[in-house]
Amino acid sequence: MTTPAISVRGLIKRFGDVEVLHGIDLDIPQGQVSCLIGPSGSGKSTLLRCMAFLEEATDGLIFINGEPLGYAPGPQGKPVRLPAARIRAVRSQIGMVFQQFNLWPHMTALGNVSEALKTVHGVRKSEAEERAMVQLKKVGLAERAGHYPSQLSGGQQQRVAIARALALEPKIMLFDEPTSSLDPELTGEVLNVMRALAADGMTMVVVSHEIGFAAAVCQQIAFLDNGKLLMTGTPQEIFGKPRHPRLDQFLDTYLDRGAAMLV
Amino acid sequence: MSWKLFELLVQASFYTVQISFISITIGLVIGTAVSAASLSPNRALSISGRTFVSFFRGVPLLVQLLLIYNLLPALGINVPSVVAAITGLSLCTAAYQAENLRGGFQSVPRGLLEAADMVGLSSFQQFRRIKAPIALRLALPSLVNEAIMILKASSLVSVVGIVELTRMAQDLAASTYRPIELFSAAGLLYLIINWLIAWGGSVFERSFRWGRP
Ligand SMILES: Nc1ncnc2c1ncn2[C@@H]1O[C@H](COP(=O)(O)OP(=O)(O)O)[C@@H](O)[C@H]1O
Ligand SMILES: [Mg+2]
Repeated sequence: MTTPAISVRGLIKRFGDVEVLHGIDLDIPQGQVSCLIGPSGSGKSTLLRCMAFLEEATDGLIFINGEPLGYAPGPQGKPVRLPAARIRAVRSQIGMVFQQFNLWPHMTALGNVSEALKTVHGVRKSEAEERAMVQLKKVGLAERAGHYPSQLSGGQQQRVAIARALALEPKIMLFDEPTSSLDPELTGEVLNVMRALAADGMTMVVVSHEIGFAAAVCQQIAFLDNGKLLMTGTPQEIFGKPRHPRLDQFLDTYLDRGAAMLV
Repeated sequence: MSWKLFELLVQASFYTVQISFISITIGLVIGTAVSAASLSPNRALSISGRTFVSFFRGVPLLVQLLLIYNLLPALGINVPSVVAAITGLSLCTAAYQAENLRGGFQSVPRGLLEAADMVGLSSFQQFRRIKAPIALRLALPSLVNEAIMILKASSLVSVVGIVELTRMAQDLAASTYRPIELFSAAGLLYLIINWLIAWGGSVFERSFRWGRP
């Protein structure tokens, strides 16, 4: 067995007194696309953010390619916090794409994509920009390199955000509802970029309400409900009959039933 | 009014501009540090930041100037009065600028910093590359305002013996018995300088447009 790209072990997350993740165990296989689906408020974003250590787990551990992220198993079973440099090193294997794009408004597309190469990795400006251009080409935005985020459509901004993450050559890409804040006619261009990435063999974890995408592109689907992982499986296993009643209800309530029928 | 008198006023107004400019610049540096301290998760830092602001914002500038002017020699520190003047102005404007910048820093969306976290920027790099430019842009109009306030408030440094524009006008008015002309001319000079500051501010603001029309 190869090491999973991400292993989540006994993950518990509380915000104050409210427990939103009640002990999650999940493996993300290498080179596959895994989708997290579930009703809104079920804890999908929190789980994804814990995988990136943007949110600290209350208990439990996260392993990235076998290495603990944030906390390591301690002597008395109690996790111990790792030094910041170690956290940064492990986290550098992960790229993250946010629902709200989160591009830096004072930098052009090229500036956004080349920033970390220059500032963090000390790559010369000309070389960093060359490498950034390669990524912008990959997402089809080479000719928009000099545009600021405010001059780009939502779909273009999200593709720049993907290029920004890719520029650091991560092994794993996390997407938190990457198309949810886009007009419907702009979701396609982002999903196409993600499809191409998947075809390249990138390990991806995608929180999405795009059930059509999940069914067509994901090898693994995890259904989260109320802070619990109710089931994981292939699209056929998840969407095929018989369905878990909560999943059926979720598909009825939240989603385009037709898309799930395509499977 | 003779040309000679006007020339003296213009010279004094250069002095006013110099003292103000130096104070605003020092104030911006101190103000940035103070606002970063106020926002720090470290309790001791944030309390000292906020104490600084409430003291220098709460005590009248005139009192601060007189205090510094008398305090420093009492502590055995002998400095020219221009240093006392600049110290007082700098600390006062630092408090106001810190508050303006704090507002700017607080309105930097959390997500922009999470994105920076994810590509490995350290907290100092995030401060320098993301937070500071965005906060500065947001705070720029109030910083220009503050620059104008300090330019006007610099007339108070005459209490520590600096002959700046207002004091020069007063002195000349007393010796020539032509207060109306002299104070009108001084007012005009203040107005022109402040126009220039406002104009410079708007030019500077334009370089912060980031693609917006
Ligand atoms: N920073 C936070 N502070 C407090 N509660 C939070 C925070 N983030 C999320 N929650 C709560 O955790 C639960 C799960 O949220 P989230 O992970 O965003 O769900 P999803 O992404 O599935 O819609 C929700 O009840 C939400 O209100
Ligand atoms: Mg969410």
